[in-house]
Amino acid sequence: MEQVQNIVSDRELQGSNLQTQEYFINVGPQHPSTHGVLHLKIKLDGEIIEDVDPILGYIHRSVEKMCEKLSYRQIIPITSRMDYLSAHINNQAVALAVEKAMAVEVPPRARAIRILMAELTRIGSHQLWWGVMGMDLGALTPFFWGFRDREMITEMFEETCGTRLTMNYIIPGGVATDVHPDFIGKVKNYIRHLRKKLPEYDEILTGNRIFIERTRGVGYLSPEEAVSFGCTGPTARGSGVSCDIRKWHSYDGYDKLDFNEVLFNEGDNLARYKVRIKEIWESLRIIEQVVENFPEGEVMGKMKKVIKLPKGEFYQRVETARGELGVYIVSDGGNTPYRIKFRSPNFSNLSVLKKIVVGSKIADMVATMSTLDLVIPDIDR
Amino acid sequence: MIITALIIAISVITLFAVLGLVLVYMERKVAAFMQIRLGPMRVGPWGIAQTLADTVKLISKEDIIPNGADKFLFNLAPLMVTVIATLALAPLPFSDKWIIWDSNVGVFYVAAISSLTVISILTGGWASNNKYSLIGAMRSGAQIVSYELSVGLSLVAMVLLSGSLSFSDIVMTQQDAWWIFKGHLPAWIAFMVFIIASTAELNRNPFDLPEAESELTAGFHTEYSGMKFALFMLSEYINMFIVSAVAATLFLGGWMPLHFGQDNFFNHIMDYIPPLVWFAGKVFFIIFLIMWFRWTFPRLRIDQLLTLEWKYLLPISLINVLAAAWITVTGWHF
Repeated sequence: MEQVQNIVSDRELQGSNLQTQEYFINVGPQHPSTHGVLHLKIKLDGEIIEDVDPILGYIHRSVEKMCEKLSYRQIIPITSRMDYLSAHINNQAVALAVEKAMAVEVPPRARAIRILMAELTRIGSHQLWWGVMGMDLGALTPFFWGFRDREMITEMFEETCGTRLTMNYIIPGGVATDVHPDFIGKVKNYIRHLRKKLPEYDEILTGNRIFIERTRGVGYLSPEEAVSFGCTGPTARGSGVSCDIRKWHSYDGYDKLDFNEVLFNEGDNLARYKVRIKEIWESLRIIEQVVENFPEGEVMGKMKKVIKLPKGEFYQRVETARGELGVYIVSDGGNTPYRIKFRSPNFSNLSVLKKIVVGSKIADMVATMSTLDLVIPDIDR
Repeated sequence: MIITALIIAISVITLFAVLGLVLVYMERKVAAFMQIRLGPMRVGPWGIAQTLADTVKLISKEDIIPNGADKFLFNLAPLMVTVIATLALAPLPFSDKWIIWDSNVGVFYVAAISSLTVISILTGGWASNNKYSLIGAMRSGAQIVSYELSVGLSLVAMVLLSGSLSFSDIVMTQQDAWWIFKGHLPAWIAFMVFIIASTAELNRNPFDLPEAESELTAGFHTEYSGMKFALFMLSEYINMFIVSAVAATLFLGGWMPLHFGQDNFFNHIMDYIPPLVWFAGKVFFIIFLIMWFRWTFPRLRIDQLLTLEWKYLLPISLINVLAAAWITVTGWHF
């Protein structure tokens, strides 16, 4: 904002008769860089952004209200459609909440499968984000490279779960079926493949001088603001806020694994970018550990045919690829929730957009929005 | 006289169309191979007729003029951009005999004509009555006007070295070696500055701000559809050809085969390859270079773009002109 005021006062100082006019442009709901149906009303002074007003609701499907009429097993497919790039992890959140409420023990094999699926989802999501980030900055090739590597993950998912995007695989009590016999071998192959390919990511984008110029120092988010806006995930960790749910509120046996929470203190686009790239490496480490000691046994705990939660309130949080997903269930003892509330990471991450882009240029806004890694159906629900 | 003019006109239009088809196809294939995919494969063997099919589609598409648009200027802009691109083809020597207009101020003429492109882009962006188009057009104005200076100065450096403004004379000065080999540092710097600055003049990535798709959807040609859009795209490719041809002629000897020294065995071997092949090879090498930029680099921001020109390229090319003059005066080049 200060930058904008300086420019205006410079003009006044020059005493010119040049008439300038602010104007609005609508970015979205159909626009190449909003990645969905997000609608931003932007007030511009030339190329400089004076105000951003996100308008939501274009893809609102009453997810929470629908869930009130559905049994807990039926809620799982709905959650796959919120943050479609973290479908496994969304399913896991509901499953964990139900298991917590019913005090069900999940077999170790199911827990291992869940971690594998969640981390593969995270890698796939970050790869897609990486490609799209390149595209938002005008480089199209990363998009295809990212998809090339993500495709192998979706193929592995397809073999085991039958679907590529909305898996509905992690269900209360464990996982729907055991993994495909080839799954572990393919995961091992994939780890080798990605360890070779990840340095390419750095070669084409991370090390590029133009890319660094475009992202360093742009879209600065201070740790205080990150906390006060409720930012989580890589967005907050790029500002040095330690908020990894896998570390702080471990679930499904993450506490037994050796991995680091990736933190960068710069708070700019480059820091958020680096967090995600390093998280891919950390996820590979986690997957390696799980694959090495992959337990045998059942994949489903003892669940009743009809799931009824005891009366009360239950909360479960998980770390999706974008941040903290919270599931808040109020149960009146029936087989459907009385009220269910999803605390989605994207909604909070979007809210900080205005704070960090005002005063920068349109091109910077696109880059900043890209590093927030928004998935619009998760914002609207 | 009339018949000669007619033949030239027909051949230029044919060249224009063929170049457009070839370059669009080439761009799609180059992009595809860099992005681990095959590109167009369906129409004809290896998809070589894809661009033809696209042309038919573009011609048969509905021609939309937006409601608030200035109709006259809106229709004029694509026409202007095509005419300008065609005009700049005139003084380029395709081979030792193939030259449409052997002007004695060819370099100056091409520089002057190609700088007119900005007017048509501004017109198109302004007449569209769309804010995205307007932003794109204004960016284009700032960009082309700035980078014109560097292009001009690197041309001046080469003109100083070769001592002529005529393209055919410049080619003849490279009989013993191309300027990139015998021009020492000034020629190399001029070559690099020319390639960078002319990529910016072409509005191609990493300088494609006027049509930055992630910010401005399609920039100055957002509202254009069908054949009018195709004309903008076609002229972009023709301009790319012209820029590459100028670079090839000034720095890489144009149609001149690879020679070292006077009248030796190596030169005679090289003379067996026809001049047209030499010219086309060099031009397509530079076109490939420009395409390579596009498919590997991210885009610059508008202030970084202007900083690059005014703080780096312009001072460098100014000093480079002095250096070229010094070399020419002392006769240091061989």
